[in-house]
Amino acid sequence: MRFDPATLRRQFPILGREINGRPLHYLDNAATAQTPQSVLDAVAAHESRHRANVLRSVHALAEEATEAYERARADLATYLNAASPEEIVFTSGCTGAINLVAHSFGAGLAVGDEIVISQLEHHSNIVPWQLLRDRRGITLKALPATADGRLDTAALEHVVGDRCKLIAVTHASNVTGAETPVHAVVAAARGVGAKVLLDGAQRVPHGPVDVRALGVDFYACSSHKMFGPNGVGALWARAEILADMPPFLGGGEMIHRVTLADTTYAEPPHRFEAGTPPIAQAVGFAAAARWVAGLDNAAVAEHLQRLAGRILDGLAAIDRGRGRIRVIGPTGLQERLPVISFDTAGAHPHDICQILDVHGVALRGGHHCAQPLMDFFDITGTTRASLAAYNDEADVDAFLEGLEDALARLT
Amino acid sequence: MSDDIYQKTLLRLAAEAIGAGRLDAPDASATVDNPLCGDRITLDVRLDHSGRVAEIGHHVRACVLCQASASIVGERAAGETPARLREVAAALAAMLAGRGPTPDRKWADLGAFEPVAGHKSRHACVLLPFDALTRALDEIEAG
Repeated sequence: MRFDPATLRRQFPILGREINGRPLHYLDNAATAQTPQSVLDAVAAHESRHRANVLRSVHALAEEATEAYERARADLATYLNAASPEEIVFTSGCTGAINLVAHSFGAGLAVGDEIVISQLEHHSNIVPWQLLRDRRGITLKALPATADGRLDTAALEHVVGDRCKLIAVTHASNVTGAETPVHAVVAAARGVGAKVLLDGAQRVPHGPVDVRALGVDFYACSSHKMFGPNGVGALWARAEILADMPPFLGGGEMIHRVTLADTTYAEPPHRFEAGTPPIAQAVGFAAAARWVAGLDNAAVAEHLQRLAGRILDGLAAIDRGRGRIRVIGPTGLQERLPVISFDTAGAHPHDICQILDVHGVALRGGHHCAQPLMDFFDITGTTRASLAAYNDEADVDAFLEGLEDALARLT
Repeated sequence: MSDDIYQKTLLRLAAEAIGAGRLDAPDASATVDNPLCGDRITLDVRLDHSGRVAEIGHHVRACVLCQASASIVGERAAGETPARLREVAAALAAMLAGRGPTPDRKWADLGAFEPVAGHKSRHACVLLPFDALTRALDEIEAG
């Protein structure tokens, strides 16, 4: 049966809003997805019934809060098919997860060791490695992109050398939507004994991920891009890797015993969760994971592919062969997420987005925290429409209509 | 409302691109990026013997707001002292923040940006050429 987003839309109270007197058409999901009522309810229920700090106090609320927090960890482990909940570390977000790896895994690297990233990465998967390079004297290398905005896996052979200790790449580009052929990356890494980290921020909203089937070592993701609250994310890593990693941040709840002279540390995952964690957010994150897992994700993917095709066809129709609209990324629908970026000669992304806002259409314009990719395409930014399960034809049509208006006014 | 921003005056200013192009022998140049969107302006300044601005040149990769602002700088900065240009930059920032009127007659074109005041995320677009101008003047004063 064909997926009907109408029933889904009713679960998102924010989609009932009007912006500038028009219905909201939210197409900025790659930045932050909206939150269904069930997730809002889960957070509110936790905060109104079970709010307390975790892992320390013995009173009833603390027991309940700890149980909820650890149950959230188990739910995330299920979503990612981790071997155990202890392989899930709650972080402040995807950026926090990658920084954790850069510090803790990075602490074991020596001068001359190599880390390989790519031209497609979000700044969150570039800057932590540059900082590590500057701290530890490692060498940072980058895989190129192809002309259609995919990872150039043909370059793996000569970029990944014997000193490579980690390949850290996106699971799917937040600009082009291109999905990474993970098997090729894993094969290259295994050939030299390197680990693999995937930045899963864009991929996780589109259904459960099987980290073990992917064969990677680290997986970073955030809650707010998969319909959950802000302020929480997760790092998955194989248990034996986490066990060998030193702490990142120090503080309460990550220790075994503290004296004024020295400290011994808790076992993972708590070793990496210094201070009071984002408890209600983790509960909401888990509720979001359950919500996504409960969808017919194959039908949702088909629905979103249809909408992505409608956007690509619409852009071509608006352009009418004049070459003023250039899709930055794949122009086909295979091995991609419904994230579509484009460059418009003579019209700046922020100006387009500002005019689209008048139409009630929320888009993102700019470099999308991926300036090296913008440099690769010799542009300062793109306009990006990114879809989530609740988007429908009316959203796409409002976007295309608004874009025609913007281009008519700006060019 | 966003619709108010893109008025004919602003679009005309952007299209005119007064001062576009680099100067051959500037006294100072400054390149400023807008970290929000990656836009960039490089602005050249040449002073006359009295210390007033003689000529402005700029290279802009940015939105219409920044292009229009650079165009105003390109047209109006000549003949002004560095101190006066700093006053105009501060007055423009105050106008956008809702804390002051539109700068005076010679700079009245800046009134085209009044509708931007309600869109804080776009203030930096308008101010970018003035930031570059100020930095270039700083460089001259620093010797």
